[in-house]
Amino acid sequence: MNAGLTLATAARVLRQVRSDPRTIALILIVPCVLLGLLAWIYESTPVFDGIGPALLGVFPMIVMFIVTSVATLRERQSGTLERLLTTPMGKGDFMIGYAVAFGVLAVVQALVATGFAVWVCGLEVAGPVWLLIVVAVFNALLGTALGLLASGFARTEFQAVQFMPAFILPQFLLCGLLVARDAMPEVLRWVSDVLPLSYAVDAMKQIAVSADPSAAVAGDLGIVTSFVVLSLALASLTLSRRSP
Amino acid sequence: MMNNFEGPAISINGLQVSRGGRSVIPDLSLTVASGQVVGLLGPSGSGKSTLIRSIVGVQMISAGTITVLGHPAGSPALRSEVGYVTQSPSVYGDLTVRENIAYFARAVGLRGATLADAVERTLAEVDLTSQAAQLVGSLSGGQGSRVSLAAALVGRPTLLMLDEPTVGLDPVLRRDLWNLFGHLAAAGHSLVVSSHVMDEAARCDRLVLLREGEVLADVTPAELLAQTGAADADAAFLTLIDAETSTSQRGTAGHDRHDGHGGHEGREAS
Repeated sequence: MNAGLTLATAARVLRQVRSDPRTIALILIVPCVLLGLLAWIYESTPVFDGIGPALLGVFPMIVMFIVTSVATLRERQSGTLERLLTTPMGKGDFMIGYAVAFGVLAVVQALVATGFAVWVCGLEVAGPVWLLIVVAVFNALLGTALGLLASGFARTEFQAVQFMPAFILPQFLLCGLLVARDAMPEVLRWVSDVLPLSYAVDAMKQIAVSADPSAAVAGDLGIVTSFVVLSLALASLTLSRRSP
Repeated sequence: MMNNFEGPAISINGLQVSRGGRSVIPDLSLTVASGQVVGLLGPSGSGKSTLIRSIVGVQMISAGTITVLGHPAGSPALRSEVGYVTQSPSVYGDLTVRENIAYFARAVGLRGATLADAVERTLAEVDLTSQAAQLVGSLSGGQGSRVSLAAALVGRPTLLMLDEPTVGLDPVLRRDLWNLFGHLAAAGHSLVVSSHVMDEAARCDRLVLLREGEVLADVTPAELLAQTGAADADAAFLTLIDAETSTSQRGTAGHDRHDGHGGHEGREAS
């Protein structure tokens, strides 16, 4: 690992994103549109205050998962990854570089989406609003790490995109957003215990209901961070310097 | 950088490579001296790219040893010493020409003013200075390959492995690039350039002719012409291939056949 090489990669990825303004617009606007729709559907009920924060955590994960898995698949197919791995660039520099770049993008996305939810849609949470943004950024990093891992198993861009429902939707169903995790059948609750999104959504729910959720949120983010590290470690196994 | 490396740039012993269950290189041994431009010639499917990938260290090999600049192929010590240009351009289409070259320069450790100078020098070498601010995706195919070549040239590696770098380039640019390759070799760099354009063979210090993963000849351009009695590299190559084909057919089918090219001397080279 080398900070110079990692930052060079992060800067390169951000320059690539910059040349695609439509993707930037989709990343920033789509979550706001969906949050707006949700607030409108549940107008004059307290439901939006309950699930709005959780969705603020789910969007960055989904978006970064798709963007990362397609971007790294392209690197594998175009030969740029193979070429980079013949230089002093390490696998860690490559992966952390991606995580840093999409982390920066996630901060912007979280600021826009949270600002829209709070000031336009009237989302009210018991805890501090800035903590919503922190959790959203962690979720984006989780999406990036899972996307790097998934791209190792995709041979085509069609497969990469299909990995989104395969990797993310089961987590979405079991994360406690639709049915509280305590109320699930026992086996499903065990499964949800080992899925990272459960902890991310739990952190957001804590912020929604508790005036001082820092301790609970820190515990959840610790677990999310462990999943990020584990995914990156597994993903590095899929980046081999030699191919058959 | 370790320019003017003493010893051979590459020495390969008993290399065997299979891809997709098929033996691409059955048993290859080869030594490439330092400070030379070596042309790797052969028909498509002869194993040129696989050999280059093996030397760079991105190809899994079944047997044999490859020593590059005194280190095993692909070892970390070689990562800033060996530059690799793949056959299809491997650069980022959504970055500008300059951004691409600068990124690959950073990857080999260049920084600050050294980096800026190296990028401008390389832009001039591949004649893309006026396109420097354009996105690579908007360039022509030949311009794209030049960006890919520039990304390897910018770090001035001791050994440059170039897989068909001049495909689709106009004659003027091809001449300029071959002049550059000659200058680099004179400065102590080693270059291996694969090509199927035979008129480029004359620009090499040495020629390695590959056929079905075997070294058919390892000679100087003058020796190639003298051995085959051909007028140019194209004819010489055909003579060698025909001679080899008739030999192997005799060997397998016991069927004696006249090849009509009088190229039997070529067998001595293989």
